[in-house]
Amino acid sequence: MILQADPIEVERGGRLALSAPGFAVAAGQAGVLRGPNGAGKSTLLRALAGLLPMTTGDARLDDLSLKGDREEFTSHIAYAGHLDAVKPALSVRENLASWAALYETPAVGVEPALAAFDLTVIAGTPAGYCSAGQKRRLGLSRLLVMNRSVWLLDEPTVSLDAASVALFAEAVSIHCAAGGIALAATHIEIGLPEGPRIEIAPPSERTADEGDPFLTGAWS
Amino acid sequence: MSVFALFRRDLRLAFRIGGGGLMAGAFFVMAVTMIPIGVGGSLDVLARVAGGVLWVSALLACLLSLDRLFQADFEDGSLDHIMLAPAPLEMSVLAKAAAHWVTTGVPLIIVAPLLAITLNLAPGAYVALMASLLIGTPALSLIGAIGAALTVGVRRGGLLLSLLVMPLYLPTMVLGARAIERASIDLDYLSPLALQGAVTLAALAITPFAAAAALRVNLR
Repeated sequence: MILQADPIEVERGGRLALSAPGFAVAAGQAGVLRGPNGAGKSTLLRALAGLLPMTTGDARLDDLSLKGDREEFTSHIAYAGHLDAVKPALSVRENLASWAALYETPAVGVEPALAAFDLTVIAGTPAGYCSAGQKRRLGLSRLLVMNRSVWLLDEPTVSLDAASVALFAEAVSIHCAAGGIALAATHIEIGLPEGPRIEIAPPSERTADEGDPFLTGAWS
Repeated sequence: MSVFALFRRDLRLAFRIGGGGLMAGAFFVMAVTMIPIGVGGSLDVLARVAGGVLWVSALLACLLSLDRLFQADFEDGSLDHIMLAPAPLEMSVLAKAAAHWVTTGVPLIIVAPLLAITLNLAPGAYVALMASLLIGTPALSLIGAIGAALTVGVRRGGLLLSLLVMPLYLPTMVLGARAIERASIDLDYLSPLALQGAVTLAALAITPFAAAAALRVNLR
């Protein structure tokens, strides 16, 4: 299995939000997205997850195209964004179990996933009482119950302590060793498996009146 | 199945502490109880306005809880995962609207006959009251889901939601109140009920597509 992407551009509200080079991440590899704040790393990951449309370019997973076979393509994607999608009223275990049910994966995966992120001790605690780092670990443990081959990770280690970063790196290593693909946007070295580094430059600023019918000619 | 998992999760969240399940029912009781106190104890007047008062209060109670229908999931990132889940977003929208109906519509139907006593509703109109609420309240949740999807990204969107949705509630409310009114003077009330049913079925057909489209646009 290989994830290939053309050079991708995403426009939002008439402005170029992302201009990424083409890249490929093969099975067993963990690609790393690098770039300054605002370069569009999150936008690229959301576009690859099919959550927002690409203006130009396409991505392929083997011979599945994101634009052509959207449903099939996104059924291989697990996305972990900035937000952990944790419900404070449910316990840690209930949170994870509800996501397993939503993703139609067997509930037996819940306990090992909790153990992998050292959450078993607090499994019965309402998630609202958890610290930011514990919530993040709960959010990341969802990747394990989702049973999907491509992990898209948006700054996964934010608010994690050193021990938890190691747990996370191990989870990614196991995933990749089993033939999975990971693509992470991160600013720090977290000891992920080998993989391509994709440098994203901030999109060149366009002048405001270009492409905006209300401002055409406003400055001349 | 993914949609049933979402339905169960929403029900569970609604009845947890802070979930606000049954709040709409409590609001309905308070609002209707205010009427005899405010209008005065004239039994004739109360009997004449009973149907309209019950339906307007039901509509307001329903609106009160609608703004969090998608917004809570939008803010904590759950909506991304609902979109990536195997179930089509259209079905997920329907599952959430159904959960909303069970937590707001059903309690209204249950307490309505008790409240009708305080409004001196004619004895012959109780069946029409229950039937019109049973047929009409699903439309409130369904049409409301479109408004909730449109305003999902708007801060304090509850007011805007009410402005958008209230005019669309008009047919359901008018037909419901008319059915009760006709029943209370021993006229045939099946035709307003049938028309109300038609409105609900139309809402059932349109809502999944309209709300899902609105959510897709808002998530970009």
